[in-house]
Amino acid sequence: MFSLEGITNSIQEWLFATFNPTVALLIQFAIVILLAITLFAVLGLVLVLMERKVAARMQIRLGPNRVGPQGMFQTTADTLKLIMKEGLTPDGADKFLFNLAPYIVMIVAMLLLAPIAFAKGFQIWDINIGVLYVTAISSLAVIGILMAGWASNNKYSMLGAMRSGAQIVSYELSAGLSIITIVVLTGSLQISEIVASQQNGWWLFKGHIPAIIAFVIFIIAVTAETNRAPFDLAEAESELTAGFHTEYSGMKFALFFLAEYINIFIVCAIGATLFLGGWMPLHIGSWEGFNRIMDYIPSVVWFFGKTFFLIFLIMWFRWTFPRLRIDQLLNLEWKYLLPISLFNLLLVTVIAILGWHF
Amino acid sequence: MFIKEYIKDIFRAVKSLLTGMNRTGYYFVRPREIITEQYPDNRDTLVLAERFRGEVVMPHDEKNKHACTGCTACELACPNGTIKIITKFDISPEGKKKKALDTFIYHLELCTMCNLCVVACPTDAIKMAQNFEHSVYDRTRLTKKLNNPGSKIREGIE
Repeated sequence: MFSLEGITNSIQEWLFATFNPTVALLIQFAIVILLAITLFAVLGLVLVLMERKVAARMQIRLGPNRVGPQGMFQTTADTLKLIMKEGLTPDGADKFLFNLAPYIVMIVAMLLLAPIAFAKGFQIWDINIGVLYVTAISSLAVIGILMAGWASNNKYSMLGAMRSGAQIVSYELSAGLSIITIVVLTGSLQISEIVASQQNGWWLFKGHIPAIIAFVIFIIAVTAETNRAPFDLAEAESELTAGFHTEYSGMKFALFFLAEYINIFIVCAIGATLFLGGWMPLHIGSWEGFNRIMDYIPSVVWFFGKTFFLIFLIMWFRWTFPRLRIDQLLNLEWKYLLPISLFNLLLVTVIAILGWHF
Repeated sequence: MFIKEYIKDIFRAVKSLLTGMNRTGYYFVRPREIITEQYPDNRDTLVLAERFRGEVVMPHDEKNKHACTGCTACELACPNGTIKIITKFDISPEGKKKKALDTFIYHLELCTMCNLCVVACPTDAIKMAQNFEHSVYDRTRLTKKLNNPGSKIREGIE
């Protein structure tokens, strides 16, 4: 059966047999960096095309269909255009911070890749506080955004960045609390253990209604955290031209754009890992035959399938709901999502202590 | 009670959001609903909405006769002076003088396709056509004479 675990293991054995341990480790770093950058590039191209196609279909349009078959090469052409454009820095801008900001946003997105289990045994770093690491690092992205907004010396950028700050700080809370519900059920922060605990069923089904509530709150909160419509106040085209990246052009703009999509992918991957079992195939309790058949589908397909399902869900939100005002946004968080997720956490704790889950 | 209202609120909100998602999801799974016309490619089979207004035309019948009496109701109705009507006096066989249309000048470059002239016309002499390929190299070609040369008013229209 196809598995990435075998490939990684044999590469590691070969490297350590051929070189001394330090060189082998460095080569492994290089391979990981190469893979991460490749994944970023491919994801950027695929997700932007997917977004445009999904948006078009939902608005009864055709979407890109001129460059290549069914418009497949549209995003490649767009990227080429962006690479060739000049990256302007405005005169009044703080030059150092202005140029640093896109890289901070990108690096945060790259750091988040570390604990994600892409397939069985295919994980960069199985850190024992994986979920905590993800929540901690993902809130660093706001620094990059604030930096971009402040350094641009532009009122739109400043307003967008400030809104984004307020939004991310408040929505971190309910996203964190809904992640904690799963941590309570699993009893571990390690990603591999969380996936292993879903061997006999995903937490979405095993955790009864509280898990479903936590899932819904998680999806809402991460939509807000990634600054996507209906919570895209940080960009809000109609009010702030492009929010914090108004002054950026060329490849620096592309990095912000790419980071947005990578962040979506990562939060969806976390959601898929916590609630939908990560790379774990769909297992139902003790149905041996059914579980065996499901095992034949490679774990990487399961992982990407679930992740892309969640990405589609978030795109569906974007192209259906209108944008919220800033007061409505904070109302939703502090008056609805936060109390509900606190109460939900209490319920889940009771369930976990009394062992009512499957 | 407060808690009851709160929970009701949440259910109403979720229901309305799901209604919206149901609509967009409906369109997502039905590509047949797509209304985009791939215009230059399907020029021959182009389907335009019935309400689409492209330009003002004056229909003539096969004997080169129109229904315009030269009453200038359309000229008065036009909000931006798109229409200019020049009238003349026909001499009827009985020797009576009768006002008639000489030239119907239509400035396409000024027209906003508001349809007010068509509504104002008492004899239905003009109507909106669906042709929209109006681009020309010379601005003067946008000023059109709507009545054909030598055309006359149809009998029985006052």
